[in-house]
Amino acid sequence: MKRDTRIAWINRLVLPLLNILTAFVVTAVVFWLIDVNPIEAAKVLLYGAFGYEEGIGYTIYYTTNFIFTGLAVAVAFHAGLFNIGGEGQAYVGGLGAGLAIFMLDPTLGAWLFIPASIIGALLFGALWALIPAYLQAYRGSHIVITTIMFNFLAASLMVYLMVHVLRETGQMTPQSELFPTNAWMPFVHDVAAALGYSIEASPLNLSVLLALFCALLVWLFLWHTRWGYAIRATGKNGTAAVYAGIKPKRIIIVAMCISGALAGLVSVNELVGYQHRLIMDFHLGYGFGGIAVALMGRNHPIGIIVAALLFGTLYQGGAELAFEMSGISRDIVVVMQGLVILFCGALEYMYRPWLIRRLAPVKAQQAPEGAST
Amino acid sequence: MTDTFAIELTDIEKRFGAVHANNKVCLQIKQGNIHGIVGENGAGKSTLMSILYGFYQADAGRIDVLGQACTFTDSHQAIAAGIGMVHQHFMLVENFTVLENVILGSEGGALLANGIAAARTELMRLGDEYGLKVNLDATIDTLSVGLQQRVEILKALYKGAKILILDEPTGVLTPQETEELFRIFGALKQQGVTIVLITHKLREIMSITDQVSVMRAGQMVAHRDTQKTSREELAELMVGRKVLLQVHKNPANVRAPLMKVKRLTVADRQGVERLKDVSFELRAGEVLGVAGVSGNGQTELLEALSGIVPMTSGSIEVLGFEMDAKHPLTPDRLRQLGLAHVPEDRHRMGLITDFSASESALLGYHTDPQINSGVWLSNSKVEANCQALMQAFDVRPADPTLKSANFSGGNQQKLILAREMERNPEVLLIGQPTRGVDIGAIEFIHQRIIDMRDAGKAVLLVSVELDEIMSVSDRIIVLCDGEISGRINADDADERTLGMMMANALDPLDPLQNMDNDQASAKPVAGQETQV
Repeated sequence: MKRDTRIAWINRLVLPLLNILTAFVVTAVVFWLIDVNPIEAAKVLLYGAFGYEEGIGYTIYYTTNFIFTGLAVAVAFHAGLFNIGGEGQAYVGGLGAGLAIFMLDPTLGAWLFIPASIIGALLFGALWALIPAYLQAYRGSHIVITTIMFNFLAASLMVYLMVHVLRETGQMTPQSELFPTNAWMPFVHDVAAALGYSIEASPLNLSVLLALFCALLVWLFLWHTRWGYAIRATGKNGTAAVYAGIKPKRIIIVAMCISGALAGLVSVNELVGYQHRLIMDFHLGYGFGGIAVALMGRNHPIGIIVAALLFGTLYQGGAELAFEMSGISRDIVVVMQGLVILFCGALEYMYRPWLIRRLAPVKAQQAPEGAST
Repeated sequence: MTDTFAIELTDIEKRFGAVHANNKVCLQIKQGNIHGIVGENGAGKSTLMSILYGFYQADAGRIDVLGQACTFTDSHQAIAAGIGMVHQHFMLVENFTVLENVILGSEGGALLANGIAAARTELMRLGDEYGLKVNLDATIDTLSVGLQQRVEILKALYKGAKILILDEPTGVLTPQETEELFRIFGALKQQGVTIVLITHKLREIMSITDQVSVMRAGQMVAHRDTQKTSREELAELMVGRKVLLQVHKNPANVRAPLMKVKRLTVADRQGVERLKDVSFELRAGEVLGVAGVSGNGQTELLEALSGIVPMTSGSIEVLGFEMDAKHPLTPDRLRQLGLAHVPEDRHRMGLITDFSASESALLGYHTDPQINSGVWLSNSKVEANCQALMQAFDVRPADPTLKSANFSGGNQQKLILAREMERNPEVLLIGQPTRGVDIGAIEFIHQRIIDMRDAGKAVLLVSVELDEIMSVSDRIIVLCDGEISGRINADDADERTLGMMMANALDPLDPLQNMDNDQASAKPVAGQETQV
């Protein structure tokens, strides 16, 4: 049993930390190769992300997006499904949030607008995941293929709608008119001001609470309800799930809809919380980033929050880095993210055999005698 | 018999963490003998053989093969030293021919033609010498299991094996195929090949081996000349106490049928009929045994009866409810009606190895209102449920939080049995209840099955172990190629009769005998089951 716990901790903590460290070391080498002092760069990055109130606000604002998409990937993953359509689901979720707001009378109160926009985002995100889920469950089309294709479909659909249908009249930019102020998710700095604290303005809004609430719900759902049990059973062993009377087709539909709905919530943070209108490409990178976040966070809500914070830091700190240091373009952020994804995702188990040999050597329960039974 | 030993192991030590898998194991195997190694699961037999075959390195100890001290760091070195291994699960490429399979890994150059020609001559010679005839150009998937095993043996001999290790070789064979295998052993022995036979079937040990060694808890506890020992003594040595090899039971008190299966036919995805026109009744208060070589429709029968695979035609009446192809009942519905199912394959279906024991103990019952309150699944009740099951069936360690994979096979099986039996079902379908389970637990499991029957439940027992079928069941049906090929009362059944029924009208010895005369006739008999 002790070995089990040790392996669990290796998987949960040691391995992700080691992977991220490797990514940073390689990033440092890249910096060194382009004649940038890696230590200087790290300082700038950390200052940019955490050095001042506005920076912190931005970091948490980005983190919020990654929590949503990370949770989305994790829920699907627990059902044994690889949802790489978070991008499209987030994008179409934005359409849902926007339509919900535009359909309501602008004089209504925020108490109605904000829940309506959240529901719109949830529904449209779920809908965009429902179609691939249906195709997987009842037609056997592989979910990876269909969800990635649905990313492109979402992009095309949104371009069409933004250019031809939803564009603000008299404007050349493909964006909708501003949401009525009642429909804005309150900024954290405004809320703080109302409570008598003064913090610098940043895009950080109350969506971050929604994200944390979702993390809690996902945890309760997966580990403390019979439906979560059914989802995890299906993901771990589909044959045993069928034996148990669980219907895998239904599980695929349910898990994907929840996944899509969570991804859709990115738009609540981005559009309802900050942009206050429908814009193009607000979702870019978060859907795919969510995959890395979920992988790093071991598909557990707490891990996802931590991993999302790391990605939020990279986003904000990286932007600062590009701004502050000559010789570094914004693309370096992409390189850093790429390395994190490479070492935490693709090369996830690189150190595992070595770590297990070192920290948790095999006992007889893993001996071949047991395995052959 | 020469003075050099084929294999001499001295003080072999192997630890996996805290557990002593091999504790100062000494073993001497005489050249040209058939040497049996018996022991319960987890006794260290496989570890020892893995060390001998180069999969593991011993922590300490000495290995001599044919008088030469050896250290094997991988199996190639073991093969070079003259050791061949036939695994329980065959390592054959299904759509390659016999010849291609045999030369796999020793093709002898980039161009195949020369190697193949040389191999063909060599294999013909081996075939003549040892009486191991197989059609070299038949693809593996057309061969019966017995013939596939023969290919494995040929493969080992082709690579120069002087010592052949076989791990549970008869598990998948009919009694007739087993006899044939033993005849081959005889031929091999005459040619001076040493055979090491790992098995848990004491009858086989008694009938074929010259010497037998018994392992228990990592140690060699006894070496015997087979002629000077008995099944009872070996069984006692294996478990360290006396065991009942016979199940004690009272006459069955049979009542009304709880399940009526009428003309059940099940086709797989490819449209191949796995069960054909199967009809029988399962009555309260009896154990109905289903015998057959594995892969003859038993899996499909269990899965169709429990609602997992759809029926193609026919109907099943169970506990007053009727289901057929158009109106299936789902596994959860059947479970609610009082039908429990212990699946044949506990890793694939019976539990979820990544789940904790308490979660695995919930499989199939996760919607039970007793463990759910409102939307929540009560973790404390889930654990209490598991704790109770573990106590009732003496599952060790009794720790509901331990991962299911980390229990031994026998304890996993007990947990599944507890889950399915403790809810007091009316009908119990049970597949291979004692596969990979040690002798002590077998006794316990058989007793529980008998208790169910005596409590007036209906039990359908599917097993490939004839001993089990004969001692636990009241009536027996035999499946061959998806059809019922025999029905018999357990009291009238003996091994020979059941064996003939299992092979149906096609006498499996026939094609083999033909082959001795003419290789070309080694084509499989139509319908002969090759799937395992």
